[in-house]
Amino acid sequence: MARHVVAPVAEIPPGGRKVVEADGKRIIIFNLSGEFFALLDRCPHQGGPLSGGILCGLTQSDAPGTYRFSRAGEFIRCPWHQWEFDIRTGKSWFDPRRTKVRPFPAAVATGAELAEGPYVAETFPVLVEDAYVVLEA
Amino acid sequence: MNLIRPIASPGRPAAATLGLVDVDIHPRVRDLSEFRPFLSEAAWHRLVTYGIHARHGFHKGYPFPKAAPLACRRDAWPPGGGPPASDLPFLREQLLDRYDMDIGVLNPLQPSGQGDVNDGLSVALARAVNEWQVEHWLRHEDRLRGSIVVPYEDGAASVEEIRRWAGDPRFCQVLLMSRTSEPLGRQRYWPIWQAAAEAGLPVGIHAFGYSGHAMTNGGWPSFYVEEVQEHATSAQAQVSSMVIEGIFERFPSLRVIMIECGFAWMPSLGWRLDATWKRLRDEVPHLRRAPSEYLREHVFVSTQPIEEPDRPEHLLDTIEWIGWDRILFASDYPHWDFDDPRLAIPSTIPEAKRALIYGGNARHLYRR
Repeated sequence: MARHVVAPVAEIPPGGRKVVEADGKRIIIFNLSGEFFALLDRCPHQGGPLSGGILCGLTQSDAPGTYRFSRAGEFIRCPWHQWEFDIRTGKSWFDPRRTKVRPFPAAVATGAELAEGPYVAETFPVLVEDAYVVLEA
Repeated sequence: MNLIRPIASPGRPAAATLGLVDVDIHPRVRDLSEFRPFLSEAAWHRLVTYGIHARHGFHKGYPFPKAAPLACRRDAWPPGGGPPASDLPFLREQLLDRYDMDIGVLNPLQPSGQGDVNDGLSVALARAVNEWQVEHWLRHEDRLRGSIVVPYEDGAASVEEIRRWAGDPRFCQVLLMSRTSEPLGRQRYWPIWQAAAEAGLPVGIHAFGYSGHAMTNGGWPSFYVEEVQEHATSAQAQVSSMVIEGIFERFPSLRVIMIECGFAWMPSLGWRLDATWKRLRDEVPHLRRAPSEYLREHVFVSTQPIEEPDRPEHLLDTIEWIGWDRILFASDYPHWDFDDPRLAIPSTIPEAKRALIYGGNARHLYRR
């Protein structure tokens, strides 16, 4: 796996996302309250482009008539068949063992750290004083 | 890194050796003004002043919200604006070219005038939708075929519409909805069956339609999940009515396609109809054969949304009963439950039979 500097941190605000191409794959980078996660932009069910989906949370029920909503914005929902995937793991809520999106490591690094390389060349300059999202793919 | 290549077109499934035909595509007007050239001034005035009146409550929207805006794939909204499937170049890109389809059948849904409470508007809109299919789609894309939209609660007007287009090879079927004011075997609909049979056109019966009746025998359900299941029950009521009323005895060349209705209900319905018919045959002496024989001879089904049993052999057994020559591939583009032709038809189905589903059967049925 190569490490790719995909964006300045400021480009993907909390709740935001960006589709990038790395190692020939379309990958979505998510910012969940300052933590970065990356998933392949392809639904494992029928191949829908997950990047076209909306973010959602988790609706659960312990018994008919009681409902809980939690983890707002931490699931990506396929724009086709509405499958829900946990952005933190890539696992679908409905069938986490068999239906999961491939996750990739993503992290924040400072420009100073990145100056030490090796990294895949970027289309934007890397400044020592800034922070960047780094994807391993 | 920031240069994202478009998703490559995967082409047609390898098993589609007899062609790839999609029997369920839903074109939509960008806005109602697209119908204006095809409406009289009076009909246009009525449409924009008083609007559409479906035979159900909440007629400004759906009785059940559809899980996604306009029940569509969220990636199907054309980049140039307008609702999904309102833009031919984008439909080509996302469907016809992407999957290398040979033929796509247009099934216009609302607004189409079908089932409108105002009979005059229903007739005018249905006619406009047919003209619109020609002018906005069929004239510009040889791979598309139209469906003759008929104001089905009005038999005489429906016949007129069928005859108007029967000689036009760009239209490949007559289109009805699965929920009508009365069961489709009733006499008021016979003129439609007769005109379709005379024209040599099959009749597609697509799930939905708002008849004015609650969509379950027990009233209105609470959830969209329930509405989706209602397609299979409305389909059973309709084909039972057609078989038992003797429609296929009266019009022996008639073929119908139950679109988006599922199909695993068909063996069960056939068994139950046959069992009752054996005991009560004298109530319906006009039936000369077992009900299941009419089902298997005259009723075709489309795949989307295909049943997904845990054990794949159950699907094979079901299709075996219905007939491998009776099932047609459908994508339902641009709706949220769209089926990708490469992935929706299970590979447990032998390749030669998948070839029939993808294109062989539709080519044989539509013949245009």
